[in-house]
Amino acid sequence: MSDIMTAPHQDPAMTFENAASMGLSREEWDLILTRLGRTPNLCELGIFSAMWSEHCSYKSSKKWLKTLPTEGPQVIQGPGENAGAVDIGDGLAAIFKIESHNHPSFIEPYQGAATGVGGILRDVFTMGARPVALLNALRFGAADHEKTRHLLSGVVSGIGGYGNCIGIPTIGGEVNFDASYNGNILVNAMAIGLANSDRIFRSAATGPGNPVIYVGAKTGRDGIHGATMASAEFSDETESKRPTVQVGDPFTGKLLMEACLELMASDSVLAIQDMGAAGLTSSSVEMASKGGLGMEMDLDLVPAREDGMSAYELMLSESQERMLMVLKPDATDTARQIFEKWDLDFMPIGKVTETGRLVLLKDGDVACDIPLAPLVDDAPEYDRPQAEMAKRPTLASADITDGRPVTEVLAELLGSVDLASRRWIYEQYDSQVMADTIAPPGGDAGLVRIHGSRRGLAASTDCTPRYVEADPRTGGAQAVAESWRNLSAIGARGLAITNNLNFGNPERPEILTQMAQSVLGMGDAARALDTPVVSGNVSLYNETDGSAILPCPVIGMVGTIEDIGAAVGMAPTAGMALVVIGQTAETDDGWLGVSLYARNLAGSPDAAPPPVDLQAERRNGLFVQQQIADGLITAAHDISDGGLAVAVAEMCIAGRIGAQVALPDGGNRHGWAFGEDQARYIVATSDAGALLAEAKAAGVPAAAIGSTRDAGELQFGDENAISLEDLSNLVEATIPALMSGG
Amino acid sequence: MSLSALRVAIIVFPGSNCDRDMMVAIERLAGRRPALVWHKETSLDPVDLAIIPGGFSYGDYLRCGALAARSPIMEAVLDHAARGGAVMGICNGFQVLLEAGLLPGVLVENAGLKYVCRNTCIEVVGGTDSPFTAGLAPGHRMIIPVAHNEGNYFAGDEDLQRLEDNGQIAFRYVDSDIVGPANPNGAARDIAGIVSANGRVMGMMPHPERAISAELGSADGATMLTASLEALIS
Repeated sequence: MSDIMTAPHQDPAMTFENAASMGLSREEWDLILTRLGRTPNLCELGIFSAMWSEHCSYKSSKKWLKTLPTEGPQVIQGPGENAGAVDIGDGLAAIFKIESHNHPSFIEPYQGAATGVGGILRDVFTMGARPVALLNALRFGAADHEKTRHLLSGVVSGIGGYGNCIGIPTIGGEVNFDASYNGNILVNAMAIGLANSDRIFRSAATGPGNPVIYVGAKTGRDGIHGATMASAEFSDETESKRPTVQVGDPFTGKLLMEACLELMASDSVLAIQDMGAAGLTSSSVEMASKGGLGMEMDLDLVPAREDGMSAYELMLSESQERMLMVLKPDATDTARQIFEKWDLDFMPIGKVTETGRLVLLKDGDVACDIPLAPLVDDAPEYDRPQAEMAKRPTLASADITDGRPVTEVLAELLGSVDLASRRWIYEQYDSQVMADTIAPPGGDAGLVRIHGSRRGLAASTDCTPRYVEADPRTGGAQAVAESWRNLSAIGARGLAITNNLNFGNPERPEILTQMAQSVLGMGDAARALDTPVVSGNVSLYNETDGSAILPCPVIGMVGTIEDIGAAVGMAPTAGMALVVIGQTAETDDGWLGVSLYARNLAGSPDAAPPPVDLQAERRNGLFVQQQIADGLITAAHDISDGGLAVAVAEMCIAGRIGAQVALPDGGNRHGWAFGEDQARYIVATSDAGALLAEAKAAGVPAAAIGSTRDAGELQFGDENAISLEDLSNLVEATIPALMSGG
Repeated sequence: MSLSALRVAIIVFPGSNCDRDMMVAIERLAGRRPALVWHKETSLDPVDLAIIPGGFSYGDYLRCGALAARSPIMEAVLDHAARGGAVMGICNGFQVLLEAGLLPGVLVENAGLKYVCRNTCIEVVGGTDSPFTAGLAPGHRMIIPVAHNEGNYFAGDEDLQRLEDNGQIAFRYVDSDIVGPANPNGAARDIAGIVSANGRVMGMMPHPERAISAELGSADGATMLTASLEALIS
């Protein structure tokens, strides 16, 4: 049947207008005609459109993604599979990935976020890993924007709704607010799983004649063409796309996860791929093309939730909780019994072929017969133009600071939505199910025990969009550095990263510059810190009516700690010395350009963000990890948004303990207190002399800046002290007040 | 007698997600791995304790615990309870025991209308005659986390008074220095757990199996579970 020269007759032949409505350009349409040697029908065009969408083809980002380091002795599987895998020792692999669900979450926040979590979990257990932790990275519009409360509330309950039910702990994340996200929020979900490193499953189909099996939930009309929607800008008409949002069912997700893991423990599965974006289309095309083979499927056999679904609808549906597998021919009965036990559909719908073509049957006719090579290999790859970016000036602290007491400014910053406690959010996530959570959300990094051992798996998600906007290359490096610091601050060593590139329309040169340069910065940092990129996701066209989001290339880093008993949190006890790692005793100013201070208190003057010294990040991070392992550091916190004073205050609040901090003589007090110079930590120790001596020996700048004390007050120099209870109430009150409409 | 002689079964429904955690906890504390019993089973081998674990049995469709309470294995659990056998339900397991009629009252949506996962401080209520409290001093306080959306215990005033008078309230939420209100869900009379009139069936919202070592944030759950196992073996 592969010699059909006219379009399979079920559907009318398509025109360029049809292609354009699916997001394809004139050039792409012409390429399809050339490759097929004829006009495609609706189903075929839908398949091309989905596979060539930005979401599936990475056509604007591929050139830059190729520059990222993806190899290292720890890497078992780099980008290109459902998720990345790294060797964590003891015969185990950590398998992880982050993925965006931005557009669906704006249209339908609960379902959009829930299916984001469900999708990323499938990516991980498809590889044969049992998921052990979830994280997320969220961006919402201005706190006072009319939609923010509704979106935040829906997204948080959607994330919880899926993760809590399926029973995987959410151990960390980040949530921030900026008006640029008013019409385009970001919802990035990350999952981490554990597998035996010799039992990892991949997606390349093998063995012509082997059965192709559909398992999981039935296919409905939800989410049709979601991958294409995720590759277009938003407009006022977006609300009408509500029907393209998928609906999640975590209960079925749980059954599917247990059934797949049970099946994978047997020797039955040759290849497996989850049906995520572009559903049956991308799963079948990827499996067949990766195996260098073909696939034939009878769409009448696809378990459908609704009657009368067309080939186009069946192929483009993004119904959730579905998988496609190639099984060993003699394993079908074993597999069927497992899926029947879990009350899930199990249906052989086709076979692997040698033809190199995707052939689909429907109602006894050929509904699609296209060569696979063009779908994958000929997917367009664009070298889009960048814009020249003017180098931003270095800001002098004195230009924006005044003589107000440090604690007065501190209270203002800590009470802002940017630094307020995220408790209202993370208490809606089950952070403790699986009973291995050592560090729940609220600290620098999440930490779970590797089940049955003393070792731990740590993770953090990070990005500071205002730095990326001001200097994309520095901002891209900073996101990696901050993740590295967050892991170091609990005593864990970063091993590898996953990234989620959230940007506006790449066809605009200034947006492409943001993406290209931040990816280069990310690569610089990943190389310097030995944390290669093993998986990731790109979300472009995050714009509403022509206005782009602040660029947000999120990093998710995963690392390990040898003994969970040695991990520290940020809460110090009384009578501890506070030492800043990464700066000297002579330091009397700090980098306020593009700081939270500059943004919130000084109207965001045009300036360069803090430079990132990757060798200092590496050296200081390794030093902190070592001193935590040796027990000399008993509490630690990385210095990030809000600078040193905020870091100290957050430690005091966590430890319910006061502190006395010395101010520098002269210099600029606010610069020193709120500057956001990188590669720094505040640590608590009972032996400052020993720690400073170790730092000196390691060539790490460090300075004792104060000590904790029983009195419930935080004091800088001889300025007025502020009550810890007041500070604590301040950080706890902001989000609940926002969410109650206060 | 050693705790490892104790026969414990954990019932597994589709959607249960604390079954493994409870199995690990009991195995560590008693030195013997409990049996996991699939919901489609119709009989239960003789056991000293049947545990209904937390999770989202049957996806919490219809009402939390409602479908699980009518699944095949529950006939066997009801028979076991009718013979005076000990049954413990945690979180969703507590909801199942209410739906199955083994305990009085209902659990409704949290007063805050949100899922809540955090530590709570619970106190052992005096005057309870039950293996689940026998080894714990009245007034003993424990830090044990909750994680639920429907943990707000509710019953009519007369029923609540009867629970009080009969000594059927096992655990109450009490004030401590944990951030947030002492009672995480608005439960009537701060009820965190109750027992049946004969003391042999206990349901509680907090998850003792998640608090079995200091590294997990608290070891008080281990204290509570061990006390129950010891009372059941003696």
